[in-house]
This record gives sequence, C-alpha cells and structure tokens, in this order.
Amino acid sequence: MLDKLKIPERHYLNNGHGLASWLLTKDHKRIAIMYLISISVMFFLGGLFAVGIRLELATPQGDFVQADTYNKFFTMHGVIMVFFFLIPSIPAVLGNFLIPPMIGAKDLAFPRINLLSLYIYWIGGVFTLYAMISGGVDTGWTFYTPYSATGSNTNVVPTALGIFIAGFSSILTGLNFIVTIHRMRAPGMTWFRLPLFVWAHYATSLVQVLGTPVIAITIVMLGVERALGFGIFDPGRGGDPVLFQHLFWFYSHPAVYIMILPALGVMSELVSTFTKKTIFGYSFVAFSSLAIAVFGFIVWAHHMFVSGISTYAAMVFSFLSFSVAIPSAVKVFNWTATLYKGAISFETPMLYAYGFMGLFLIGGLTGLFLATLGVDIHLHDTYFVVAHFHYIMVGGAIMGYLGGLHFWWPKMTGRMYSEFFSRIAAILVFVGFNLTFFPQFVVGYLGMPRRYHSYPDEMQVLNVLSSAGASVLGLGYLLPVIYFLWSLKYGQVAGPNPWGASGLEWQTQSPPLTENFLEVPVVEHEPYEYEHIVAKEKHLV
Amino acid sequence: MSNAVAHADAHGHAHAHHPALQHHFDTMGQQKEAAVVGMWVFLLTEILFFGGLFAAYMIYRVWYFDAFAEASRSLSLFWGGLNTAVLIGSSLTMAMAVRGAQTNKRAATVNWLILTMILGTVFLGVKVIEYADKFEHHHVPGYNFQWAAAHEAPAAGGEHAAPAAEGAAAEPHRELALNGDQLQLTTQIYFSLYFTMTGLHALHMIIGIGIMLVITWMAWKGKFDAEYYTPVEMAGLYWHFVDIVWIFLFPLLYLVERHT
Amino acid sequence: MSGHVSPVSLYITIFLALMVLTAVTVGAAFVDLGQFNFLVAMIIAGFKASLVIWYFMHVKYASKLTKLTVATGVFFLAILLGLLLIDYASKGFTSMPMPLS
Repeated sequence: MLDKLKIPERHYLNNGHGLASWLLTKDHKRIAIMYLISISVMFFLGGLFAVGIRLELATPQGDFVQADTYNKFFTMHGVIMVFFFLIPSIPAVLGNFLIPPMIGAKDLAFPRINLLSLYIYWIGGVFTLYAMISGGVDTGWTFYTPYSATGSNTNVVPTALGIFIAGFSSILTGLNFIVTIHRMRAPGMTWFRLPLFVWAHYATSLVQVLGTPVIAITIVMLGVERALGFGIFDPGRGGDPVLFQHLFWFYSHPAVYIMILPALGVMSELVSTFTKKTIFGYSFVAFSSLAIAVFGFIVWAHHMFVSGISTYAAMVFSFLSFSVAIPSAVKVFNWTATLYKGAISFETPMLYAYGFMGLFLIGGLTGLFLATLGVDIHLHDTYFVVAHFHYIMVGGAIMGYLGGLHFWWPKMTGRMYSEFFSRIAAILVFVGFNLTFFPQFVVGYLGMPRRYHSYPDEMQVLNVLSSAGASVLGLGYLLPVIYFLWSLKYGQVAGPNPWGASGLEWQTQSPPLTENFLEVPVVEHEPYEYEHIVAKEKHLV
Repeated sequence: MSNAVAHADAHGHAHAHHPALQHHFDTMGQQKEAAVVGMWVFLLTEILFFGGLFAAYMIYRVWYFDAFAEASRSLSLFWGGLNTAVLIGSSLTMAMAVRGAQTNKRAATVNWLILTMILGTVFLGVKVIEYADKFEHHHVPGYNFQWAAAHEAPAAGGEHAAPAAEGAAAEPHRELALNGDQLQLTTQIYFSLYFTMTGLHALHMIIGIGIMLVITWMAWKGKFDAEYYTPVEMAGLYWHFVDIVWIFLFPLLYLVERHT
Repeated sequence: MSGHVSPVSLYITIFLALMVLTAVTVGAAFVDLGQFNFLVAMIIAGFKASLVIWYFMHVKYASKLTKLTVATGVFFLAILLGLLLIDYASKGFTSMPMPLS
C-alpha cells in the first residue's frame, strides 16, 4: 500500500549548484560528501603502496624493488592510511553527516570551522603527496630519531609538515563535535537518549583534541632538529631518542582509539537495527567509550618495551594496557547479549558487523599477547604486530566504516545499492582479509621481522597466501566503488527509513534537507525503542 | 539598545533577532556559550601543544641541570623581566577592552585593543633584541654555536673572548658537574628548547596581534554591543592564554639558578 | 545576553597582584633554596596563571562545562608529565653517556 517512493524535490544535494556552492558550503552534509571523496582517493593511494609491499613479499628475496624503495613503500602506506584515511574516515564522513540529525540540530556548532577542517585536510594531503612524488620517505610512519632527524636523506620535513597540517583538521573536527554534542541537542535529547554512535564520537573527539597537539609539537621538534640543526633528540649532544618515542606514542597510541572508537559506535547502531532490539546495557556501552578514551592515554609505552624504558615503567604500562582491553570487551559482550533472542537478519551492513565482531575480537586478544612483557620481547617488530593492528584497523575500523557507509548510504543519497553485489563484496572483504592477515600471525610468531623486504625461504608459502589474500581483499574494496556509483543513478529509491531503524536521522527524508529538520524535533523516547517502532509499523500495515 | 531585525523564517513567521545570530543556533546565549566552550577546547589543545615542550624541558633540566643553569644565567634578566611586565600589562589592557565591549563603549574598546597591540609589539621588539644578542654570542644551535664560559682562558682577541657583561655567562661560584666539552654539547639542548619555546610563543603572539587587528577594525566599525561581543572575548581568551604560557616560560628559562 | 561585567578595580587589583608575584618570583630566585627553588617558582607561576584564568578569562563566572574543560587540560598535561617521569625517574635520571673531558 506504499506509494511508489520518489526522491524528494528539495534536498541538500540539489540546494545550490556549481563548484562554489560546494567549496564554500556551510552544510555539514556536503562537507561530509567531500570528505568521502577525498579519503577514498587517499585509501586507494595507500592501497597501491600495499600492493607494492605484497608484490615484493611474494618471493623471499628482495627482488621486486630495492630495500630503500621498499622502506618508502611501507612508510607511505602507513602515513597515508593512518593520517589521511583512518583518522578522518568515520568522524569526517559519517560523524559530520549524522551527528546533527542524530541530536536534532540543524548543523554543527561551527559550520565554517568544519569547512576549514576540510581545506586543512586537503592542504596537508598536498604536502604529503608532494613529498611522495619528489622522492618519498623511508623512516617508517613512526619517524624514529635519530634516523629521521639526521640519518635519512629523504623528504622527512614535507611529509611531517603534511601530517602536522592534517592534525589540525582532526583537532577542529573533534572540537566541533564536542561543542555540538554539549550545546546543540534538541529539547528532550538528554545524554542518555543519545545514540551510542554519538557517545562514541564524543569520546573520539576528546582523544583528537587532547592527543593530536602532542604529535604536532613532536613534529615541530623533529622539524627544527632536522631543518635548523637544533639538538633535542640528538644523542651526540646529550639528547634522548627515546624521548621522541615517548612523545610520539603519547599521541599515536590514543590515535588508534580515534580510529576504532567511531567504528565501535557504528557497531552499536548496526547491531540494534538488525536485531530490532535495544542495545543491552546502554549505559555500560556509553561509558565504555569514555573509558577507552581516557585509558588510551596511559598505555603508550607498550610500544617501547624494547626501546630502553625501565623495567619498572614497562611493568606499569603492561598492566595498564591489560586494563584498556576491559571496556572494549564490555562492548563485545553487550552486542552479543543484544543478538541473543533478537530478530537477526543478514543485510550487508550487518554482514560487516558480524565480520567486525569476530575480527575485532581476534585483534583485541592478540593485543593482550603483545601487552604481555615477556611475549612482546619475542614478538616486537615482527609480523605478529602487523597482523594484530591490521585485524583492528582493517578487520575492525574499515569494516565498521564500510558497514556504516552501507547502512547510511540510503540516507545520504536517497538510493539503495545492489544488495546482491554488496553481499558479495562483503564476503570477499572478509575472506580476503583473513587470507591476507592470518598467515602474518604465524610468520610473525616464527620470527619474520616487519619492514624487511626479504625473508627466509621457509616462510614463502604463508607470504604467498597473504599476497593472494590481498588481491581478493582489493577486489572486495573495488566492488563498492562500482555499485555505489551505479546506485546514484539507477538505485532503487530508498525512502526515509528503509531499514526500519530508530534514531532521529531516520525520521527525515532521504536525502535530507539542508537544514535537516523543518521543525525542531522534541525527543520523548528512549533510544533504540524498537518495540515502539515495530508496533507503529504493525498498525500502518 | 538592540540591533534586532525582523525577518521571516521557513514558516513565514516574522521574528526579531540580533543580526549576528547564526541560524543554526536558537539564541544569542547558546551561540556565545558555544563559542566560549569552543575557544576553551582550542586552548586545551594549546596546553598540550606547549606541554610537549615542557615535557622535554623537564627531562633535560634534571639530566643537565648545570648546563641549564649556566645557559639560563646568560639570559638577560632585565629584558625577560621587562617582557613579563609588558605581557601582564597587555593582559590587563585586553581585559579592559573586553569590558569596553561589554559596556557598549566603542571608543574605549578600540583604544584598549590598540594599547594591547602596542604592548604586544613591544614584547616582540624585546625578543628581537634578545635573539640578536644570541646570534652575536654564538648561542644559536646548528648555526654558529659556541659555548664559551667566562672563566675559560680567552684566546688573544678573537671571537671566543668572554662576551660583554650583559649577556655573559656569570661565573659560577660552585663546582659544576659538567666540564667544558660537555657544556658545549648540552647547552645546545637548552638553547634548542629556548628558541623553540620562545619562538613558538612569539609566533602565537604575532597571530594574536593579527587577530586583534581584525577585531579592532570590527569594533571601530561598531559591530559589537553588550549583546554581541563574542569575537572580542575570544581574542581575549587567546591573548590571556599566550600570557599564561609566558608566565611559565619566564621562570623556567630565565630563573634556573640565579643565586650563585 | 551579556556576560558578567567585572569592575575596573578588580582588574587593577589582579594586575598588581601579578606584578608583585613576578617580583617575588625573581626575588626568590636569588635565594638559595636548593631543590625547592624550582618548586617555589612553579607554585607562584601556577598561582599567577590561576589568577589570569579565574578573573581575566572570566572562568569564575563561566559555566560548569567551561570549568571542566580547563580542569581537563591541566589533568591531561599532568598525565603526560607524570607518566613520562615514571620512566625517567625509575632510571634514576641517568643521562646519555657523555664524552669524557
């Protein structure tokens, strides 16, 4: 009895045409779309370097590229993926798009700062791309001194400058979200009625705002040392290279929580929608996001167990690193409890959610192995570490991002994509991912070092499996580009709420109006009130 | 005296509001509060930004106390103290400027802002003097660094003779734990931090003066009133923060060990 | 909606207090307090900063959220400095090997 759905007449995409209306927009949704395009470009660029790495590692000898070139491959892969893809991804695309409608606001608190954040991201990207094209960097994305300060003769300063600039983009996004969530909620939208996606982004924003400045100043110190001959980390003048590591990891560990917390927020939305149940233990999940953000700041030296920190400090950081696993586990338990007796379904977003739960679990548990001092002595700087963080970053964060993208695509564009091809892509991603990275746990445990372009012959089979998996994974990532673009013109019209989901964003048209709401919504319901929604639907039908 | 204008919203209902109210906010109060919180969140990032330098300083001061003490003594207490007074004075004038905007006194606001900028410029001028002195005495790491303690036997004439009294390393009255070669190396860490910390601080001041130029122009144009003076307050918060950084930099850099 | 307007006398008082405290800081630096020189200097600086934050930056009259924001910044700076110290202190602040004279 539903009328044939039509794209609404007026929405944010057709409200103003031409380049200027996009480049000078204050609309958080348009900014989100521009971020989507930008980070997708960066993702495939970073992926190209991964192709280079896996091609080299298909054979035990270093025969594809020279060692110096290989060093540049993994450095650029890391720099681009961490700073220009993962850190912005969910917050800049999904967070920007969804936080105002989710809380019942017309825009973020500072729309022009939002636009500035995008410009800054572009400028940082240009610096880094320039550094890449004009010779690259070979220090590893971690830029350890003294090699990065005085040893390497590659483009350290432009790359570091690009990261410095991009850091401001991250800070401004976080700042915007914090003020928005505190001060722009609609009447009745109390903190404990917020979607867990919003809680997750609030926690993420705290980390962005408090952590990023420290890597910024670390880059400044590295920059003056390298460019001006200052001595801050220079051992020849009494400086301490380990101090660089401390300052670097003070940000870069919380940075991994910037990358995973938003995905954890997406997960809560997916799990509740596709089980038609409220999230079990809402307040525990909400507080666990904050706990992860805070705890994330006190564990950084677990990256430095073999760098020369004291045994005492190592024990402290090891213990604290165990405790940061607890809030993450709380989330996994609560989603599992939500699934129990829920109306479970297998739409593409939920496929990504299932994949996330398994892969994040493995990634998280292997993190505990690495947090164990004695074990880490053996595993540090091996492929075990590489596998661990790819399980979290790719098996976790990217699957969360893709799941969220598939979930909210109908809202953002008004169109449904092909469920058939999207499920194939999801399966390819899951299979390809495991094929790529599970063997890396094994070779890492066997002692294969990371950042080497050659390895002992007996590890070839596992490395070939890994490289083969990478091609499957790559295919899985390419498919969405095709069917998403196809859906823009030919996809079925989605309507306001194709998934029957809860949340204010689903009460509006798809695509939304520029101002999100015609009237300020007044919130009277708890979040995820599926019993209420299901009852309403039953009366309609 | 309100600058309220009437216009129709999406429903065609006319309502009056201050021209500076942005449409995604409901009230001026909400808008101002958002701005204040937003600026403080930004200042949070600045606390952590400078904090990294303070962290490095903290470690090396303990490690190489004598180098830090010696190098600190070579700084001019006069210029440092003067700059501290100037900057604190500029905080006072900035607070008066904000007060002027709050109380609808356009001329007073403009004048206090101009005074603040003048004091800020004086500070920067003094820094130029101090930096020039460092270059002259070969205290710039990576450029021409040469640490010559006053008690070192001076070569016959030449660059390494004990420098003029004003910027000289004061003769220590106690045994140092570091010898001349070690001082030559470790004082470079002190000066590297000195230039990075004061340089970054000076950069923030230049930006602050730039911001104030814009705000002063806006104030002169009459864009502020008792209901809307947020940009002046924002500039004020930023400027006070820059003052606070110097309040810590002064003792850390100039007063490491002055009692010998 | 205008915020709290402080009287001029308050600003002058705070300014004078800051100047006096600056003089005290300099004076204290000329007194040999051994290890405590640093602590005294930092405590005075911290107090001066508090005066600026509380009165010049109007935090005394600001919302709870603003106050919480300031406290958060101080707290996380303390984490940075404190945990860093754990490593260096537990190594006895042993510096890098220095060239012998």
